[in-house]
Amino acid sequence: MTDTGIGARVRRKEDKRFITGHGNYTDDINLARQTYAYFLRSPHAHATINSIDTAEAAKAPGVLGIFTGDDLAADSIGGLICGWLIHSKDGSPMNAGGHPALAQGKVRYVGNEVAVIVAETHAQAKSAAELVDVDYSVHDAAVDTGSAQASGAPQVHEEAPNNTVYEFGLGDEAATNAAFEGAAHVTELDIVNNRLIPNAMEPRAAIGAFDQGTDAYTLYTTSQNPHVARLVLSAFIGVAPEHKLRVVAPDVGGGFGSKIFIYAEETVCVWASKKIGRPIKWVAERSESFQCDAHGRDHVTNAKMALDKDGTMLGLRVKTIANMGAYLSTFSSAVPTYLYTTLLSGQYNIPAIYAEVDAVFTNTAPVDAYRGAGRPEACYVIERIVETAAREMGLDPADLRRKNFVTEFPHVTPVIMTYDAGDYHASIDKACEMIDYSGFGKRKAASEAAGKLRGLGFSAYIEACGIAPSAAVGSLGAGVGLWESAEVRVNPTGNVEVLTGSHSHGQGHETTFAQLVSDKLGIPVDQVEIVHGDTDKVQFGMGTYGSRSGAVGMSAVYQACDKVVAKAQKVAAHVMEAAEGDIEFKDGSFSVAGTDKSMAFGEVALTAYVAHNIPEGMEPGLKEGAFFDPSNFTFPAGCHICEVEVDPDTGVTQVVDWVAVDDFGTVINPMIVEGQVHGGIAQGVGQALTEGAVYDTESGQLLTGSYMDYCMPRAVDLPELRLAFTETTCPSNPLGIKGCGEAGAIAAPAALMNAVTDALGVADMPMPASPQNVWAALQGAKQAAE
Amino acid sequence: MPSVSMKVNGSEVSADVDARTLLVEYLRSDLGLTGTHVGCDTSQCGACVVHVDGKAVKSCTLLAVQAEGAEVTTIEGMAANGDLHPMQEAFREHHGLQCGFCTPGMIMAATDMVARHGKDLDEATIRRELEGNLCRCTGYHNIVKAIAAAAKAMG
Repeated sequence: MTDTGIGARVRRKEDKRFITGHGNYTDDINLARQTYAYFLRSPHAHATINSIDTAEAAKAPGVLGIFTGDDLAADSIGGLICGWLIHSKDGSPMNAGGHPALAQGKVRYVGNEVAVIVAETHAQAKSAAELVDVDYSVHDAAVDTGSAQASGAPQVHEEAPNNTVYEFGLGDEAATNAAFEGAAHVTELDIVNNRLIPNAMEPRAAIGAFDQGTDAYTLYTTSQNPHVARLVLSAFIGVAPEHKLRVVAPDVGGGFGSKIFIYAEETVCVWASKKIGRPIKWVAERSESFQCDAHGRDHVTNAKMALDKDGTMLGLRVKTIANMGAYLSTFSSAVPTYLYTTLLSGQYNIPAIYAEVDAVFTNTAPVDAYRGAGRPEACYVIERIVETAAREMGLDPADLRRKNFVTEFPHVTPVIMTYDAGDYHASIDKACEMIDYSGFGKRKAASEAAGKLRGLGFSAYIEACGIAPSAAVGSLGAGVGLWESAEVRVNPTGNVEVLTGSHSHGQGHETTFAQLVSDKLGIPVDQVEIVHGDTDKVQFGMGTYGSRSGAVGMSAVYQACDKVVAKAQKVAAHVMEAAEGDIEFKDGSFSVAGTDKSMAFGEVALTAYVAHNIPEGMEPGLKEGAFFDPSNFTFPAGCHICEVEVDPDTGVTQVVDWVAVDDFGTVINPMIVEGQVHGGIAQGVGQALTEGAVYDTESGQLLTGSYMDYCMPRAVDLPELRLAFTETTCPSNPLGIKGCGEAGAIAAPAALMNAVTDALGVADMPMPASPQNVWAALQGAKQAAE
Repeated sequence: MPSVSMKVNGSEVSADVDARTLLVEYLRSDLGLTGTHVGCDTSQCGACVVHVDGKAVKSCTLLAVQAEGAEVTTIEGMAANGDLHPMQEAFREHHGLQCGFCTPGMIMAATDMVARHGKDLDEATIRRELEGNLCRCTGYHNIVKAIAAAAKAMG
């Protein structure tokens, strides 16, 4: 291998442009004759639109056009779609309800797009929006997750009686009921998984441009998956045929799921660019990001675990109500079903599980995948209930986990997953050693002497990522296959361009993918260019989410490299007049076994392109493509342990130590993987310690609509993070990679809340563990004691 | 429209601007210096930090006309003669960035931090001083390391 190959801590190739201010984000792009869009949004959570009068606004300075839902309908532009069809327990398909890009007849959440104003400048468009007169009849709003299905609750969509999208079930109900009968111990928890707002630092943006000469559209957009955006905009929404629509996702400033989805704004910018005859740019203000980016989580759950008297797990029963918001976003329906219930077995050998999920509409922003997507919610349920069971039964929480770990693979869970490889003992043992678990009592006593409450919490998480086998997800209702594609183009001079359907928006693919190629072809990383994010360059791809780019995207690159080497080997054998079987390829050189004859990789490439001397019948050139479809999900797992100190007088919680031991299979670049873990933990700590989207339950107004109200974790909220890796190889892809992008966000909330409840001596308390919530929990515990 | 003149990254610039133009809008739209970013609308995120007369300032909080006569340095002005500033170098060396969107503001705030505190910046001070800069990718872990290393290098 080269010193820039797999396993090397290569510094990132993409950094130079970012640290010098030469990144190229969507808002940095300006097209000739560009105009600006401003979206007029609903100030009401639930209302009927009686009329929209745009006459005054149309006369305002600089205004070029104002469009509403009627204009979209007149052009037969379809609504936004949800791409995963879920069926209820009774076999009926989910109740979706329409989702026009600009409201038609009704608005269903605060921020719902009502009209777009296009003007010469952003300021003119925004000023003109104030002159649009919308006459609303305001209705009561359904806001609260847990009561959305109550009789008499305001109805969000006619198509979904009782606001119920579906009533999903997974597992064996009868076997689970039987497991609870006669169980020595049952632990029960009511859990709320708080709603989060993703907050990638780059706000969403779009530029739509129509070229009258070619009848083709270009969309520059902040997307994690530009090909999927193009497919949805063409095949389903009908803005333009696929071959007449180019989607470019240039540098994208973070996604975390929120930039997977196809939103109203980019749809409207593309469509309206033809009507205006000029490019249209829209950039979200942060307030719009808070209101209108798809939110995450928002589950209300009752969970029960049955155990025998020595702590062996017998069964798990879970009932969850999942808030979908006002419309079904692109992948929303899959999140609380196949990405959530399927992980409820955790790392444990639980003989019987039954999970039910009711998805509900409310008059709030749509909810969809946010870093972890369903798996953080599953981890939170299982790891909170295991920790609670240990406390109730007087067992050591580490020992209770160890007693029930899955140790033989493959392991088929009662919730349809087949765990392929892992060593859960290794990660918990290592984590206990790193945090000095046996010394916790002393540290707790020292904290108490200083007037602080100290707690320790485990989270032995597992997740399923590297999504996913296409046929498997197809059978579960997915509208697309989840393979990935790659093309490796060797230039005549021997350097390489790799075109990938994966998209990097912080993950460092330009470095890690180049490391793989460096390893495979024996050339330095600076001889490898990674091309992504442009549908005119890359043929097709499914994009980056679900920690899939390593396991799926890089595996496609791996296969394409193999094909390149196979062809190059034939060329080398021909030139050196040797049998193909005698050619060895190592360190970038083709040599004839047992001789001193050799050709460098670049020489072979040049030979293939010059084509004066290649095997008869062989096509010239050296370029190969591959589509990789994995045979299973991958199953990253590990153990996080954190310690907190709580000040009982102020309710302030300080995270004082954090260890994370993760098994991601093969690690391409430890520096980048550690960075992914750091970021994931920070988002998980954010959920558990500081963040929470709050709507007024009467009016449906978003109360946490800015950074003044929604508490993003800052540097002071996080400790130094101590990481280690264990490694078992994933058998379902050629690299043995499991995926690392979401693990921290999945593991962290349970670890932190287990530590906080341990410190406070309470069974449960709501996230986030803000000073207010902690103080309230302490007072509640005091009152209960009195 | 009022006119405004200032020195940006060593060059004299002047323009007639709408009075409500923010400094960040002037830098990005009029001068094409798109390295300075806008991440919020409440002066919380710090993606827009530049130096005005040597001090870190959130350029979304200042009108362009308020910078009349000032010396402004943006992220594009940090690398001298092609050599990276030690803070830029430290962010790369310590993997202090992922998506890169907050990075220019981080680097501008961090160099000001070092200018005020000197080379012996401790971790607690760095974390406290980063109050005005949000990052969603890194968990701040490597940003803190990068700033500490750069402080030593700059000392």
